[in-house]
Amino acid sequence: MNPAFLYALVGVGLFTLGLYALIVHAHLLRKILAINVMASGVFLVLVALATRTQGAAPDPVPHAMVITGIVVAVSATALALALMLRVRAETGRAELAEEPLE
Amino acid sequence: MTLLQSVFDALLGFALLWLAWQALASPDLFKGIVLFIAFGLLMALAWVRLDAPDIALAEAAIGAGLTGALLLAALARLDKSSWRGFGRTPVRPPEGNNRDVIHPSKRDTKSAHEKTRKPKPITENGKGQAAFCGLLVVSLSALAAGLGYAVLTLPSQAPGLSDSVAASLEASGVSNPVTAVLLNFRGYDTLLELGVLLLALFGVWSFGVVPERRESSPGPVLDRLSRLLIPWLILVAGYLLWVGAHAPGGAFQAGSVLAAAGVLWLLTGWRLDTRFSGWPLRIILVAGLGVFVVVAVVLILMGGRLLEYPPSFAAALILLIEAAATLSIGITLAALFLGSRPETGPQR
Repeated sequence: MNPAFLYALVGVGLFTLGLYALIVHAHLLRKILAINVMASGVFLVLVALATRTQGAAPDPVPHAMVITGIVVAVSATALALALMLRVRAETGRAELAEEPLE
Repeated sequence: MTLLQSVFDALLGFALLWLAWQALASPDLFKGIVLFIAFGLLMALAWVRLDAPDIALAEAAIGAGLTGALLLAALARLDKSSWRGFGRTPVRPPEGNNRDVIHPSKRDTKSAHEKTRKPKPITENGKGQAAFCGLLVVSLSALAAGLGYAVLTLPSQAPGLSDSVAASLEASGVSNPVTAVLLNFRGYDTLLELGVLLLALFGVWSFGVVPERRESSPGPVLDRLSRLLIPWLILVAGYLLWVGAHAPGGAFQAGSVLAAAGVLWLLTGWRLDTRFSGWPLRIILVAGLGVFVVVAVVLILMGGRLLEYPPSFAAALILLIEAAATLSIGITLAALFLGSRPETGPQR
């Protein structure tokens, strides 16, 4: 198989795995990990599809978008971790309550 | 050679999926994070295989390095005494209600409102959860199949915008196409991204989780190692910034290497002197965004469009913006690792 499509399919797999983990895991740190795996999957699809250039250098526009995306992902992760620590400090647990707190 | 490459690609793809699954399903959170860091390093390899060395550099420094450091620091702050037990909380315990299954060390820290919570009917809930999981797996498989189909039906040759980039590369001021896209053709994205980075830092500072007062001295290994590594890291950051104009590298890679130096420095117990943690720190934090905005405004006032550099100044302008952005990205990421607003002024 064309490596572009192989890596794009791996990206789809990573996105789905991450989405599954995001839904089933209650712990917020695991949800943050899951979102990061989903982001990696999206980046992999973008960059894999950028290599379809008949042996020439790959399309640099998706590359630039992914570099931007990686930095945005790390900012979002840092903010999410701070939120998680705040939730933990307020409620004593690193999980979201299923019922609204009174 | 191609067979070897195909085998390597298949193995790498399989390893990525397996590591991601293990990182997300591991009962121990610490182990999960370490596996996630390994996953990031393999992602860097995948970027190299996909001919994207710029992304590989960014991924190795940020995706694997800094994100891992952030996750481990957050895990350590979650609960120093019971974090291992915390991680072992089963996801779907047999009782069907995972909120009741908590490691013994966690039990006494439950807050009052949780103890008064009405228990749910256990058997019904368990059945419901099994049905929910079945439905979830089915629908996510359908999603994966649909996305996979969508990817496979794309044309196998599509140059995208690479021809347009190659055509205007002469006028961009740099010869590395990725840097040209990041700082010139799509400079707007990078401008906004620096804003996102700054906003994330504002958010983290506003949550104001208790600042740590750790005065532990680093061990001899960390002490010597940081003395050796930090000057090198700063040198490497400068090199990456300079080389980004014509080879893989650039402001983001340089900034993340600088941030790695900052994290290492913070790990040895070093803290910014309170004289510098007020205005001087804040000026460096906004320098990247500030210089970018000033350049954009000046160019508009000179009659150009947003971030349309005159070709004769383009190289100098890009280097100026990148230098400020590198400094800001590095210091912002290191500040995100520290997690709380550094103390200012002598009065505290």
